[in-house]
Amino acid sequence: MAATTWGWLVLAFPLAGTLLSAFGYRRLPGRSAGWLGTGAIFLSFLAALGALIALQKNVPEHRELVSSLWNYASTVGIDARMSILVDPLSVFMILIVSGVSTLIHLYSISYMEGDRGFVRFFSYLNFFVFSMLLLVLASNFLLLIVGWAFVGAASYLLISFWYRRTTATSAGIKAFVINVVGDVGLVLGTYFIFKHTGSLEFLKVFHATEAGAFGPGSNSGDLVAACVLLLVGAFAKSAQIPLHTWLPDAMEGPTPVSALIHAATMVTAGVYLIARMHPLFELAPAAQDVGACVGALTLLIAGTIGLAQTDIKRVIAYSTMSQIGYMIMGVSVGAYAAGLFHLMTHAFFKALLFMGAGSIIGAMGGEQSLNKMGGFRKALPFTYACFIIGGLSLSGMPPFAGFFSKDEVLLVTGERGGWHWALYVIGYLGAFLTAIYTFRMIFRAFHGEPVSEARELEAGHLHHADVPRNPANGEEEDLDVGFPGPTHAIAERALPMKAAMSVLAIGAVGAGLLQIPKVDFVIDDFLRPTFATSKLYEPHARNGLLVFGLGLGTVLALLGIALAHRIWVARPGTATAIRTRTALGRGLYTLFVNKWYFDELIDALIVKPVAAMGRFARDTFERLFVEDTLIGGTTGLVRAGSAAVRAAQSGFVRYYAALLILGVTGVGFYFLLQS
Amino acid sequence: MSIAWYLAVSAIVFSLGAVGVITRRNPLVVLLCLELMLNGGNLALIAFSRMWGNGDGQILALVVMTVAACEVCIGLGMIVAIYRRELPIDVDELRELQG
Repeated sequence: MAATTWGWLVLAFPLAGTLLSAFGYRRLPGRSAGWLGTGAIFLSFLAALGALIALQKNVPEHRELVSSLWNYASTVGIDARMSILVDPLSVFMILIVSGVSTLIHLYSISYMEGDRGFVRFFSYLNFFVFSMLLLVLASNFLLLIVGWAFVGAASYLLISFWYRRTTATSAGIKAFVINVVGDVGLVLGTYFIFKHTGSLEFLKVFHATEAGAFGPGSNSGDLVAACVLLLVGAFAKSAQIPLHTWLPDAMEGPTPVSALIHAATMVTAGVYLIARMHPLFELAPAAQDVGACVGALTLLIAGTIGLAQTDIKRVIAYSTMSQIGYMIMGVSVGAYAAGLFHLMTHAFFKALLFMGAGSIIGAMGGEQSLNKMGGFRKALPFTYACFIIGGLSLSGMPPFAGFFSKDEVLLVTGERGGWHWALYVIGYLGAFLTAIYTFRMIFRAFHGEPVSEARELEAGHLHHADVPRNPANGEEEDLDVGFPGPTHAIAERALPMKAAMSVLAIGAVGAGLLQIPKVDFVIDDFLRPTFATSKLYEPHARNGLLVFGLGLGTVLALLGIALAHRIWVARPGTATAIRTRTALGRGLYTLFVNKWYFDELIDALIVKPVAAMGRFARDTFERLFVEDTLIGGTTGLVRAGSAAVRAAQSGFVRYYAALLILGVTGVGFYFLLQS
Repeated sequence: MSIAWYLAVSAIVFSLGAVGVITRRNPLVVLLCLELMLNGGNLALIAFSRMWGNGDGQILALVVMTVAACEVCIGLGMIVAIYRRELPIDVDELRELQG
């Protein structure tokens, strides 16, 4: 079969899974919806493998295949087709998306077992996977925007999955609104591109751009505008500053959702977008610089916030933001293969960390605060091992996967020279922070004195809260649909969870072997056909910088872990001392724990002025002009006019008949006199 | 005989009907007067038909009779309905249409 046929199959399975579980939810007994959903995504993964094999049979020059099912709209010069592009980049993405999704579906079968919304959950989750695959397989801007909006909708549905939690619904709305800001950026950027190239198809757009559709030379005004607008879309989806505030709140969703959407796949769509649009970005270096700077800023700021948060899922969420900052920075400076390589390894270890967090939250009976956790090392040995693997990989310890990918991104950044050195330094500073906050989380959750829940579990009993409460605000809940179910799951006791985490743990350890500097270049070679025309792709590393970078990465990771150990294990109380004794410590802690006041900033700069403008417009324009003058004036006129003629409506039939006859006679006389 | 005589009779019948419709208050009589008006019109139609020597006017007269039959049907039905509800059988009392 052709690679594109496999590509269509990749899309068909999750769509079928969505529809089956959505329409058959009354007829699907027990956990069958979970297995149905998992099976659909697994079939999709197999189809993605088929696409990979079929694609690799072609010579590298013929690895960009477009297949079109039908015309979407073919009027006045718009060439919008229902078509997919199967090339190494999209195959790389569908393999990651469908592979990680399969595991997270498998995990969810146990994790969501007791939830009354079990079937709904899998229907949404399958829909998300379908949308994401559509996004990465789209071969034109229209379909890309459709997929882009679909994943936003799926994200909203899943964040607000426990829809009776007010915190969850407002988090969903926030995520949706900020994502729509990004959608608008994407649509406007597409407008600029269509205006100059006259096409929506990616390949045609790229050829036209390279042929000078935006004028000679680089940095033409409209191209930079288009790329910056695309970046707005990428920032909103990938939670980059200043459009990042939705991601930590999105942790209100069930933990598998955080693992799948808000760590492994959807939030990396921005990285994919920049890599996909590289022929445009390379001709707009100004936009590339914007992307690189924002990525670097995000990775640093998110890292510092991660140091001070106490909700275990939010710590991982800020870590996700920070890691995506690396990727955005990477693909913006031309480290496409490295950025995408980091995307892959990050999908493994971050999904693993979230799954581990889900397990420990299960052991705590739904509680998420690190302040209430502690000493779970003995009670949750498997989860602990997974956390250590994921944490080491995230911190960039050799030989774990994160080590190779993160250092590759930074290496290419350093290679660019010039002011990119600043990004290089920020990147390593971020790596140091990463090690600290990751191991702060691990040490606080697993080391130290076991809390009562951990003791209970060691004795063989899984803790259950007497009254289920919302971990975010402490409100009491019941166990009906719209709230989490009565049972909690831990990886130690649920085989599907254990299996999924094991596979991811292997990935988090071993995925780095795909691309070891100087040894093998699987990712580089595989992705080369997509980036064939790129001038920045795969620069040759200088040995000195390579060795220095790898060494520095290792040292910083070790130092960070050692520091975290000293603060949170060897000398408990150090953290409190740091944040209370000195003014600097107090100030920094306040800044970090309040997330650099971004929510307040957006509130003050955008929400409040717009709300004030809205109120002003309502009180003056709407009340006085529209309601009183326009509407009031019109109704007043009609009322006055009708009052004048109402007297004629006496209700006497005879009177009407007389008028009729008089009128007819009058008309008759008129014509008689005329003739 | 001149067409004018026929038309004069037709006009007289029509006017009688019209005056009846305007002046009488009993709906039954109003209906009868309406019939008078229609038949006045019919008389004129048939006179014209004869004048031109073709059947058009007669066919139209037949259509008018059909309409008259329908109208009588509905009108009598309404009168029976009014009677059954014990409402006054007086068109001036039935004036819900007043604006």
